[in-house]
Amino acid sequence: MTQPILSVQNLTMHYATRKGDVSAVDDVSFDVMQGDALGLVGESGCGKSSIANCLLRLLPENARILQGAVRLDGANLTTLPEDQMRAYRWKRIAMVFQAAMNTLDPVYRVGDQIIEALHTHIETMTNAEARERVAELFKIVGLDPALMDRYPHEYSGGMRQRAVIAMALSCNPDVIIADEPTTALDVIVQDKLLREMCNIQKTLGMGMIYISHDIAVIAEVSNRMGVMYAGRLVELADTADIFARPQHPYTYALMSAFPSITGPKRELTTLPGEPPDLLNPPPGCRFHPRCPRATSVCARDVPAFKAMDARHSVACWHPVEG
Amino acid sequence: MTDSISTTQSLSRESGVELDLLAREERITPVPLWRVRVKLWWRSARQNAAIFADNKIGLLGLAIILLFGVMALAHPILMATVWDARTYDPITGYSFDELRQPAPPSARHLLGTDPLGRDVLSQLMYSTRNEFILGLLAALITVTIATTIGATTAYFGGVYDMIFMRVADLIIMTPAISLLIVMCALFNPDLPQLAVVIGILSGFGGTTIIIKSQALSIRVKPFIEAAKVAGGGHRHIIMTHILPNLLPFSFLYMMFGVTAAIFSEATLSFFGLLNVRMSWGIMIFTAQAAGYLLSGVEYWWLLIPAGASITLLCSAFYLVGRALDEVVNPRLRKR
Amino acid sequence: MTNEQMGKWQTLFHPSDPCPRFPDPYLEFRMTHTDPLVTVEHLQKYYPVNQGLFAQTRHYIHAVDDLSFQIGRGESLGLVGESGCGKTTTGKLLVKLIDPTKGHIYLGSNGSQTDIAPLKGAAVKQFRRRVQMIFQDPYESMNPRLTIYDTVAEPLVVQGIGTVIEREERVAEMLALVGLTPPASFLFRFPHELSGGQRQRVAIARALVVQPKFVVADEPTSMLDVSIRTGVMHLMSNLARRLDVTYLYITHDLAVARYMCHRIAVMYLGKMVELAETEELLQHPQHPYTKALLASVPVPDPSIKRQAAEIKGGIPTPINPPAYCRFYERCLIATARCRDDAHPPLADKGNGHSVACYAV
Repeated sequence: MTQPILSVQNLTMHYATRKGDVSAVDDVSFDVMQGDALGLVGESGCGKSSIANCLLRLLPENARILQGAVRLDGANLTTLPEDQMRAYRWKRIAMVFQAAMNTLDPVYRVGDQIIEALHTHIETMTNAEARERVAELFKIVGLDPALMDRYPHEYSGGMRQRAVIAMALSCNPDVIIADEPTTALDVIVQDKLLREMCNIQKTLGMGMIYISHDIAVIAEVSNRMGVMYAGRLVELADTADIFARPQHPYTYALMSAFPSITGPKRELTTLPGEPPDLLNPPPGCRFHPRCPRATSVCARDVPAFKAMDARHSVACWHPVEG
Repeated sequence: MTDSISTTQSLSRESGVELDLLAREERITPVPLWRVRVKLWWRSARQNAAIFADNKIGLLGLAIILLFGVMALAHPILMATVWDARTYDPITGYSFDELRQPAPPSARHLLGTDPLGRDVLSQLMYSTRNEFILGLLAALITVTIATTIGATTAYFGGVYDMIFMRVADLIIMTPAISLLIVMCALFNPDLPQLAVVIGILSGFGGTTIIIKSQALSIRVKPFIEAAKVAGGGHRHIIMTHILPNLLPFSFLYMMFGVTAAIFSEATLSFFGLLNVRMSWGIMIFTAQAAGYLLSGVEYWWLLIPAGASITLLCSAFYLVGRALDEVVNPRLRKR
Repeated sequence: MTNEQMGKWQTLFHPSDPCPRFPDPYLEFRMTHTDPLVTVEHLQKYYPVNQGLFAQTRHYIHAVDDLSFQIGRGESLGLVGESGCGKTTTGKLLVKLIDPTKGHIYLGSNGSQTDIAPLKGAAVKQFRRRVQMIFQDPYESMNPRLTIYDTVAEPLVVQGIGTVIEREERVAEMLALVGLTPPASFLFRFPHELSGGQRQRVAIARALVVQPKFVVADEPTSMLDVSIRTGVMHLMSNLARRLDVTYLYITHDLAVARYMCHRIAVMYLGKMVELAETEELLQHPQHPYTKALLASVPVPDPSIKRQAAEIKGGIPTPINPPAYCRFYERCLIATARCRDDAHPPLADKGNGHSVACYAV
């Protein structure tokens, strides 16, 4: 528990566009410990998916990692040559994408696709061993092993997402990144799948990064949680701690705007304004134009991401006291 | 405009939900609506031009088209000033200065003369105008027909759609060039007539199907449903929602249509089937009729200038089309 | 987060510029008139499925099957269910985007009811002034080549309401009303220049510009971010009260329905399985499907550990469903009667709570 399995340090990434540079990820640092389930929560365009793509180096052509490091086992994934990166991708760090249909090739049997992935990364494996492994994986994710010889279109949405998770698990990675794994699914299927993923993560003890816009999902699956706003990580702490004592005004706003079906019906608040344009982000704290506590210092200087206590860090000049 | 709107706004704020249309005070509009629209149109044209200009291949195509345009325009000027009609007329001229025809390129005849003693450069430039007229006319007819049919069949569907699609299948299944050859042999059409024929064949054929598939993707967009809920009739939906989103694609396929039409003309001229006095295809036909087609590089000026022009102009329109594709299909853009 | 903590969020703002609160009195504002505005009777929509060229029997997707309900004047009825349950089809039937296979939709109160199914020509245009729709996708529901002015003015133009100048003023008023101020800075922009939240406000302005009495809102906030969503929900409920609009609010999100609807109807495979007042339904769900649905909604509170939902299997195909209860295969409390009898009718269990189940 002392050494993080994955450590992201001061990661900064821009997309070059026709109109200028989009500052998609700005100076983001976090660690993932063995057995951690880290939730990254934020609204669309806040850079949470860009971080996932940075970790796996699955970036579009116009993306530039300007600074920072992603450390896995001492290796820096941001500077690794592409051929060495391939040894890490999938084998050490795997990803479950939002759209399962795009991950699975419709013309191949689902089982064969996982076997294919196994063969590329573990050359010594025989076909029979691979089939056995796939059957085992299917059992782990709650699919009938008999389904491995079916095609993706014969699967339902939830089953497809399970197969994609099986594929991500296939090489026993240290870290799995799940980018909005259940967003396209209905609520009953989502619930079943999230329970399954939590169980697998706890049983296998791997590191997990959940990325979602839904704080309720993050509340249920993660033990640590980071809140992102406009490309920056604004708050990072244990999930229970953040929900009990949010310190960044944005975290506060996000939670107070989120409706729930349980408990007494409380008032929802509206955050004024719109998220900033990352082509031209506001100076200082990026949240200051919408922040009720902003002062002149917020518009001038970028707040440091500083630890309030051992496990709770906030980037704010005027954090809300616990 | 800002002033008048802000009064309206403050009014509506004071009166709360006053939505009665009859209670209107007089209002002066400093900027009429049409001028706003012209400005918006101009702005979007400039933006699209910037995207187009990013594509160097498209600019190359445009440059080639402009070069041919200059050639077409320069010919009558040269004929009126520098070139003597008896020697340089592309059809009736004869170069008496040369001992043998065809004569190789010289200072007097930059691209030499053809087997009948006419100046090749003059022929080349004279034909350019014809190629432009034919290509653009045929493409315009093609796209007009294809867009009308594509938009309406995609919108209405049913039997109407089926009839036009079967017609399109029929035209696609018929080998176009042999059909054209037979028709030209029977009727010996001139250039505008040929343009109409090519336009109709392509307009009811392949282009319709391509445009219709685009129209179908527009037809299923929620804004079409929104327009229906707003109370819009068929005409309104087709004219306001489907056509404006379809026209960029039509313009794109027009570029490819020009290419196809020029190729067809060259082929038909080569067989001597057209009632055209001079064109690039006829130039090659003349060389062939006089037995120079297989003479190799020795008489290159009889074949290369016309052949290269056909290829260049066709590829130029194609390149422009590809660059336009990036303008109308944002997904193709690199960034 | 508790209500005390919420109070603290309020104090984070300067007292003179309080953070807008939600819900405003919308849901507390009870219907003063209880007469129905929309009455749906035995509504049915089947889609034929082509299963091969020489198929002997025709197969049908039972998208909406025998739906009967009423929506009161000024009420907001939530239609909740999973994808494919027929909620969007119901919405489209009510705005006459599609025609029903069977059944009737009446608009108006007891005295002056009109059946909307047989309306034709000019009558449809008249109908479109009274009933409008707000679409889910703020990106696709607007023609990218039309300005905001043209988009909002479209219903006025096609219905021939007002002159050009009047329309422009009316559109500016509507934009101000939906919070796009100053309107002049929005009138001649294109949809792609606006954010998702702003676009959805434009969509609301377009729907309300003809002053309809009934609006079908098809997942109007499901594609918006949390911080934007509350503002749009607030706007919709606020306008409903001020303009006396009745909503059919279609959503898959029960938490949103809790804040937007007076009553909630739960749909499953084309059938309505439960209908009750919002809090009654959330606190005392009776149908096993509603219970499973509620039990599956994640809770934004890590201290609560939910029990797994009591349901088995996945959603079966809506093609030629069985005559018995459609939930039978997935139900844990089903009895022999559920299998032998027809699909249970929606029965009133008192307290305005109707359930379609033999076992409760």
